[in-house]
This record gives sequence, C-alpha cells and structure tokens, in this order.
Amino acid sequence: MPRTALPRTRFPRMKYAAPSSVDEAVGLLAGDADARVFAGATDLIPQIRSGRPEPSVLVDLKNIDRLVGTSESGGNWTVGAATPTSTLTADVSFTDAFPGLSEASGLIGSDQIQNRSSWGGNLCNASPAADSVPALVANDVRAVVAGSNGERTIPVADVVTGPGQTSLADDEFIVEFEVDAPAANTSDAYLRLIPRTEMDIAVVGAAVRVTMDGDTCTAASVVLGAVAPTVVRVPDAEAALVGSTLDDAALAAVADAASAACNPIDDKRGTIEYRRQVAGVLAKRAAVIAAERANS
Amino acid sequence: MTATENRPTYKYVGTRPIRHDGLEKVTGKARFAADLNLTGQLRGVMVRSPHAHARIKSIDTSAAEAMPGVKSVTTGADFPDIDPAMPAYDESINVIARDEVLYHGHVVAAVAATTLSEARAAAAAVKVDYDVLDPILSIEGALEDGATISNKSTRTLFLGQDDETNLASMAPFGRGDVEAGFAEADVVVERFFTTKAVHQGYIEPHACVVDVGQDGKASIWASSQGHFAVRSKTADILGWGTDKIKVTPAEIGGGFGGKTTIYLEPIAVKLSQKASRPVKMVMTREEVLRATGPAPAAEIAIKVGAKNDGELTTIQSTMKYSNGSAKGYAAMLGAMSTASYKFPNLDIQTFGTVDNTPKSAAYRAPSAPQAAFAVESCVDEIAKILGMDPIEIRLQNAVIEGDITAMGAPHPKIGFIETMTAIKDSEHYNSPVPEGAGRGFGTGFWFNIGEQSSATVNLNEDGTATVITGSPDIGGSRASMALMAAETLGLDPMRITPIIADTESVGFTDITEGSRATFATGMAVTNACNELIEQMKARAATMRGVDIETVDWLDGAAIVDGHDPLTIAEITGQAKQTGGPLTSTASLNAAGAGPSFAAHLADVAVDEETGVVTILRYTAAQDAGTAIHPSYVEGQMQGGSAQGIGWALNEEYIYSDDGVMENASFLDYRMPVASDLPMLETIIVEVPNPSHPYGVRGVGETGIVPPINTIANAIHSATGVRMTDLPMSPPNVLKAINEQK
Amino acid sequence: MSRTHVNCTVNGDEVDFLASDDTSLLDALRDELGLTSVKEGCGTGDCGACSITVDGKLNCSCLMFAPEAEGKSIGTVEGLADGDQLHPLQTSFLEGAALQCGICTPGVLVAAKVLLDENPSPTETEIRYALAGNLCRCTGYDKIIHAVQEAAVTIGAGK
Repeated sequence: MPRTALPRTRFPRMKYAAPSSVDEAVGLLAGDADARVFAGATDLIPQIRSGRPEPSVLVDLKNIDRLVGTSESGGNWTVGAATPTSTLTADVSFTDAFPGLSEASGLIGSDQIQNRSSWGGNLCNASPAADSVPALVANDVRAVVAGSNGERTIPVADVVTGPGQTSLADDEFIVEFEVDAPAANTSDAYLRLIPRTEMDIAVVGAAVRVTMDGDTCTAASVVLGAVAPTVVRVPDAEAALVGSTLDDAALAAVADAASAACNPIDDKRGTIEYRRQVAGVLAKRAAVIAAERANS
Repeated sequence: MTATENRPTYKYVGTRPIRHDGLEKVTGKARFAADLNLTGQLRGVMVRSPHAHARIKSIDTSAAEAMPGVKSVTTGADFPDIDPAMPAYDESINVIARDEVLYHGHVVAAVAATTLSEARAAAAAVKVDYDVLDPILSIEGALEDGATISNKSTRTLFLGQDDETNLASMAPFGRGDVEAGFAEADVVVERFFTTKAVHQGYIEPHACVVDVGQDGKASIWASSQGHFAVRSKTADILGWGTDKIKVTPAEIGGGFGGKTTIYLEPIAVKLSQKASRPVKMVMTREEVLRATGPAPAAEIAIKVGAKNDGELTTIQSTMKYSNGSAKGYAAMLGAMSTASYKFPNLDIQTFGTVDNTPKSAAYRAPSAPQAAFAVESCVDEIAKILGMDPIEIRLQNAVIEGDITAMGAPHPKIGFIETMTAIKDSEHYNSPVPEGAGRGFGTGFWFNIGEQSSATVNLNEDGTATVITGSPDIGGSRASMALMAAETLGLDPMRITPIIADTESVGFTDITEGSRATFATGMAVTNACNELIEQMKARAATMRGVDIETVDWLDGAAIVDGHDPLTIAEITGQAKQTGGPLTSTASLNAAGAGPSFAAHLADVAVDEETGVVTILRYTAAQDAGTAIHPSYVEGQMQGGSAQGIGWALNEEYIYSDDGVMENASFLDYRMPVASDLPMLETIIVEVPNPSHPYGVRGVGETGIVPPINTIANAIHSATGVRMTDLPMSPPNVLKAINEQK
Repeated sequence: MSRTHVNCTVNGDEVDFLASDDTSLLDALRDELGLTSVKEGCGTGDCGACSITVDGKLNCSCLMFAPEAEGKSIGTVEGLADGDQLHPLQTSFLEGAALQCGICTPGVLVAAKVLLDENPSPTETEIRYALAGNLCRCTGYDKIIHAVQEAAVTIGAGK
C-alpha cells in the first residue's frame, strides 16, 4: 500500500482551549485522550496539515503564567516550558552563562519561528533532529512534569523515548525546566550542520560542555543530535576530553568516538556515511569552542 | 554598472522611475488571484491519485455528492476526448486524468462546496478504484528494454513510428566530422553529467476564481503568465469557443515559466458550470510541488576536443531529458543551447523520455542550464589542462554574428565577447581570490523569442496617455512599456498609465515567456505610439492649416515651420474639433529577437570537512541590448542568479521507490534564503539588437544558465574536485572530496 | 458549526471576527477581515509570506490558531504607512526596485520593520539573518537588503 502523503483532505474540527492554570490544563488532558497541548504550534500545525495527529482539543499553554518566562536565583535558572526561545537568546545573562544552550535554542528556525518555539515544544515534539535537546542534555537540564498525579522532576534525557515518542503520560505535560548554575570555568557550545545557512532541520547536531582547569579539561558532556532515534551521549568522547589539553590526538579521538556512537539513517536530509563523518567533525569543533569559552 | 557601445542618448529609456504598480505592492493592496472573492463562491478541491502509475477502473462520486455543502463534482468523463496527435491532448490529460493516472498527485476528480473544509471532506469521500502499475521514475528506467509504458499515448516525435514507447522525442544535430576532430585533437575531455528535477519555486501557488453564468459564458481571474493562453487552452480542453471565455489576469506572484501552462481553470470552469455558482480554487504548496512543473532531470554524456592553442574543435554529446508524464521539447531545447563556441565539428543526439513524474514545465531558459553545466565544465577542464585563463579560452572560441548555432542557423548580432570582456575588466575579476577560496567563471545564453503581441495607446484629453497591453507583468514590464511609450511620444513616463487588460479589452497577446515581453510587446507599444505620432502630425497640420508633409515631430511636440510647436496636450485638447479621439492599436508577430549572453564569476569557500559551499562573492554580466529600466534588468539578472545557485547547491526532487515526492515543502525543497547569498553584483552590457526600435534583448531567462557551471568551476578551483552531478549539496560534495583523497 | 468570537486590534483598530477554533490566524485575517496582504505561500511556516506582528513580535500567521489572537495587537503591512506618508521602508523598496512580483513584499516589509525597530543600524549579515524566514524567489535578495540599509539610514537621519 503506497503512502499517499497527499495534502490534507479532511480538516478536523478541533476546539481551542486556553487554560490559565496548570490544574486546569491537566484537567483538559485527563478528560480527553485526544487533547493536545501546544505552545508555539510550529511543529503541530504542519503535522495536523499533513494528517497526523488529529487532536480533539488544542490546549494552549501560553496563558499559564508559570509556563512563560524565566527566573534566576543564585545562577540557577527556571525556564517556563512555553517560553519563546527568542526570550532566552535575548537574555544577556542567560546567554553568558549558557552560550551553547542559548545558541542551540536560537537555531530553531527563523525569527518568526523563534517567537513561538519553546523548549517544551522542541523537546516533546521528539524529533531526533531537535536543536535544543542535545544542549539541554549536555547541561543536565531537568524537566518538571505535571499530571493528574501531581508533579515530578526528571532529567531531560528521560523525556524522549523515540522519534515522536515521549515518556509522558496522556495527561502530562512539562511545566518548566531547571538549569543549574554551571561550575566555575565551565561553558558549552552547540554546532549543527544544515545545507543552507538557515531554515533547515539539523542533519547533525553536536552539543559539548566542558570544565577547564587551565589548559586541561576536567569534565565533559558530549551529546549528538540527528544521528540516532534519540540524542546520543558519547562517553568515549567525554573520556577522550577529560584529562586532555584538547590537542590534535584528543580531538581526533573525540571525532572517532562521536562517529562511532552514531546510529543514523539515510533520509532526504543526509546519508548514514555523511552523518557519521560530520558528527565527528562537529563534536571536535564544538569541544574547542566550549573550551575557549570556559577559559574566557 | 553598464558597459555601452555607441549608445543613443535617450531621455526616458534607461532611467529608473518608480514602477507604476509599485505602490499597491508595498501597501498590500495588489490583488493576486487568491485575494479575489465573488459573492456566493464555492471552494474547489482536487482529488488526486495516490499512485504514480495506475489505470482507473472506476470513480464513484455518489458519496461525495451527498455530503453537506457540495454543489458540484467533476471527473474526466465531463471532458471531451482529444485526438492524441493534437497539441492540446497532453495538457488536457494533465489537467484531469481519463483512464490512466501518470504521476502521484495527478488529478482524477474535483469537488466544489460552500466551504473549503466541506470540499476537502467531500474530496476524501470520492472513491476511485485503481489497477496499480509499475511506475517509471528515471530516464534510464524509461529506456530499458521491456520497460512498462508510462503514458500509452506517447509516440516518438520525429521518427514517425507507431509503437507505444517511453521515448518521446529524438533529434540529431550535426556538422563537420567529429571522428576526425577527436583524432586530431590534442586534448579530449569526456564526462557524464546528471541533474535532478527542480521546481520554479514561485512563492504564489496557482489560483483562480471562475464564474460561469447561466448563459454558458465563463469569466476567469487567474494567476498566469498568459491569460490569452489560459483562454485558448481552457477552450481547447473543454471544447468551447473562445468567445465563451473571458480571462482577466490577476497580479502574478512569480511564474518563471511554471505558469505558462494551466492546471486549475478548466476544472474550475466545469465545477462552476455544473453548480451555476462561482468557484475559487487555490493550490496548497504541497500540491504545487507534487503536481506541477518541474524543470526536467537530465543525463548528458559529453566529449569535447581541443587543440593545444586553445581552439575548441569538436563536441559530441548525448543529451537525455525527462519530460515527466507527457512528451515535451526539453531535449531539443537542451541541444539548441550547446553552441556558444564555434565548434566546427558537432554531433549532438537528444532524447526526450516520459515517466511517471509530473509533466515538466518551462523554467527560465528551459533545458539550457543542464546543457551549459556539461559544456562549460568541459571547457573549464580543458582550460586548466592547457594552462589557459578560463576567460581567454572562451574569448578565443566565442561565437559572433554569422557563426552557426547548433541547429544550423547563423547567430544574429550578439554580445558574447563583450559580456565576457565585461567580467574580465570587472573589479571582482581583478581582485585577488580570497585565501582558501576558489574562483569560477561560467557562461550561458538564451535565444529569446518574439511571437505575437498587441498594444493600444489612448491619448487622454489632457495629453496624458494610457498604454494597454496583454502581457502579464512578471518582473516590472509595465514600467518598461511606459518608458518606451514615453521615449517614442516624448511624454513624461509618469504621465503614462500602463495597464494589462483582459482578453476582451486588448488584442491577442502570447504568453509572457521566452523573455519576450519587453521585446515584442514593447515593439507593439512603440509601433502604436509611432502611428499616434502620425495622427497627431495630421491634427497639427489641420490646426495650423498646413500640409502634413511640412510637420515634424520632436520632443513630444509637432513642429511646423514658422509656427510655435504644438504639444501633445494642445493637440489632444483639440481632438474633438480635428477629427475625434486619438487612439492607436498595433499588433505583430515579432521577428528579430536577439539572443542574450551572460558571463558569471563566483568566489566560493568549501568546508572540506563538511562539504558546505559558501558563496563569498558573485558577479553577473549580461547583454541586455538596451536596458529600458536598468533596475529591473538588474533584478532579472539577480533573480536568475539566485535560482541558478539554488539549482546548483541544494534544490532537487527526492522520490521514493513508489514515485512519491518526499520533500514537498519549502522545508526540504531547499531554495536559497537571504542569508545564503552575498550581494549579487551586476554589470549590464548593451550590444543593441538591431531588430528592435530600442535595441532590446530579452533578459529574463539567460541569468539562470551560468550559475550551475560557474559554481561547479569555482568548487573545482577551490578543491580540485570536478562535480558532475547535481545538486552540489554538502553530502554530495563531501563524498566527492573523500573519493578524491 | 460553532465558532469562537475573537476580539483583537489590527493596525490600531479594534476589530472582532468569528472563526472556527482550528482556523489559522492567516485564514481568519484574509477571509474574515479581508486583510489579503497576508499571503499563504506554504502554510507551514517555511516562507514568511504570512508574516505579521503580534504585540510587536514577528510571527507566521499560518502557525497560529485564530483564537490565539484574542486580546492581541496584530500588525500587517497596511499599518506601515502613516496616512499619506509611506514608511521609509516602503519608499526605499519602491526607489530601490526591491520587489518584482510583489507576493513576498508584505511579509518582508513587516519583518524588516521589526528588525529596524529593534536594531536601527543592522549590518548586512544581521539583515540577511533577520530576513532568512522570508523567501523571495524573484530578487535574489540583493535589492531588498540594500533597501533595508537605505531605510535604516533615512530613519536614522530623521531622528
């Protein structure tokens, strides 16, 4: 049976709801298995247009105060799950503390998209190529999840379970994210490969966070995106960085480890060979940038 | 920046007034077809084939007809059969399938309902029973022994054979003796080039609003490059007289050749007729990408021979182009584009195939970019082998007036050498290549056409003028019409109103294509203005009581010896008394279209670890003959450059094994965005076309021909890698770099 | 069929309209309010022809549901001119021939205005990335970039 992939010929009649509290939103989700939350809808609307999903209720999270906006205390940040990423990239102190996470967030599309895209949406849409996710994981960000059973906090890495799949229950959604202050001499970077200069889905994404002691790396997180069904943490690349001065041999080892950790597919955006090779290139380049930032 | 040659001094031609239709476009008032609404209108939606190749066993529309809001339904059964030998046959089948669907997305039925969502729901309820067949999805597949026949009506043009085939056309071009030529050559380069289908990429999807009255007459508002063609094609497909169809052109949001054919109008007319209600149809972007255009994929085997002194002596090539679902002229046009150089020995064999992808449509200089990719890459290689400058080798071999084209006719006066010289003298060429970058030079041309145009010029009582033409304005041609009229009459262009009239209000005019509007319609406008001048001279003679032989015309006034000049306003002020309103119409089948040659220069940086190509600097030189409105000539050059760059680097149709386009959105059909390009420097060269009153050469198409080969040559210069397959996207470039190591 | 009553401001005017909940704001602006300057080029947020401002922020109206406009201040190209005075961007686009077919122009002008409001002296690169969400197929962007630079100078001189 060939895939039809024809333009949407049935337009579902969906209802719109704009709850003003977390509890109200949970209630809407709990009451209807086909209810869907959204923030910016930048993925949801194109998906509805192409046939899947067909929600019954569109639950707009942006009127819930807790979900929009950021707060910072002692260098620890709380970011509302529906906060537009343009808010983050415009925040100088956030960008100073987490330059890689900021630049990853800022790469989710054009300026138009940036005023709508959010960490909650980018994460829970669960595209293997999402730009913010490798940087969220590299920074050990946590997600605060609300549902009928109350709230729970989980590492971001535990949210996405596969392409388009999350570990959240039908009545759950992410309320906010917690980002801990980085240790001293710690910084991060995110690089991605796209064919044009903008407006593309990542073919490869690489987020690296390092802690430096002078020239020597003392801690590292290396996370790849768009090269496997979910983001991939690369312990071998991290091991190659820790204790090194990021010399050529260490970086070559980082690249090799990153390439080896990939489990990519051939698709309309890139081939397996291409993704493997470029994952290595971006991982080592991102490591160098992160190290320079950590020491400045 | 303009290079000129004995250029006459014009008062208005060559200036840059604000275009007459500009204000409405920057204030949002301009009305494109999808912006129009008629009272009581229905929305029409197509039912499209989910298979790339299938026989239609039956169509059951009963469920759809019973759904809420549905007022009419149509299938191929509503459309007359046309003899496959007739030109209208292919277009008719493409508009709506009869017994065979030929590509994924081919229209099989349509529904009109009171709202779009009702129409979509009803379209989904149309039941079509298919016998699925194997699709042909490549040129190679089309030509294989025993291949499934993709379109049962296809017979090979020019061969006179009667068998069904996927080979739609064959044409040979030749002169001299290629065997001897290669034997005597000092250097021979042999390569195989492939290109993928690409879409014209206009930002405005196809749209129309149609109203068929109870008198059986259709009024159509359409987004089109040629509303007379919409009328005639709709008439042919429906079997109606042209007197029953009136077409008004809406503003058009880009066409580039892709809107020289029709998709919606005959269907909308039929739905409107059956419902006795107006019908509006607007394509979605997915429909545009899946089921319209594109420009053909090509496979070109080529061999070029040269002497050590740089003479290009011999070219041999087999060019295969896919026409998509129905025969076209893609292959022949490609062959016509090969002889920019004298090549005493030439052998070009062209093959056009059909397959189960959408029927290809024109796209700026159809088939020339693919052919030029092959020829110019080989010339570049030969230059490198011989240690010659890439411009010098081309200057040495460039065609000039009288040299024979690939088809055998001589070139008229052309500016190929002047255009290449403009690059050679340019600041870009004479600046050092940036560190680590590569520099590439490439060229291209297009023949341009004349064809039929009509124009009416009316003088108003106060001496202002209206210029009425039938050429949809796809790039600023209204302004050029006003400038040519202004120059001819001696009247300020801002006192001239250029309009584009519907099919009932202006004489027949061929499609805006082939870079013909400024050339042919401009000629008609100029002729009408010249005739008006004769009328005004006669009126002046009457007003002064002299013989007309004693009246001259200069700078917008009638000059009579011994009298004060009579201005246009003075003459029109007395029009009633001297014989009545002053108006003139001219029409022609324009001859003498002048080819426009272009030469481009690009500096590129290639990231050899990722294959990403960045264009650092880009310059385009092109011969416009005379640039009537230089800003819009530059605009055509820049637009063509950007499209060619997109074609070179990232654009391609990606098909699944069952013939479904996998990248039918602007997310994955990757056209250049603002941050992908540098400034596109332009040099307008003016070698006037002797056949046009103002020396005009069409400029719209040529600009897309050089970029692919220019960038391929630049990538070679940067990396030593010769790219022979498009697109030169990062994965493809990196693979080529890896293979070279 | 039930529809939601939406109240918002468009180019400074208080307006209201009815729309089905799942109608895009793009379709509501065009079909209910007759604001046909906002164009559908793709419907998926990839071309920017539907660009509007929402409380001063640049958005693709095709990626918003109509009810989301409730209480918001929407801006389109119709709001650029001030009576009989064109905005400097509109003037520079006309004088610089920064449009050909004109279908992308309303969206580009809206995006360019947002840019200049936030960044009065942008570099060429900043302009290009700010307009990366607005596809133009006719111009190759060159004259558009020049026109934005011109307008920036004009606006700066006017202060």
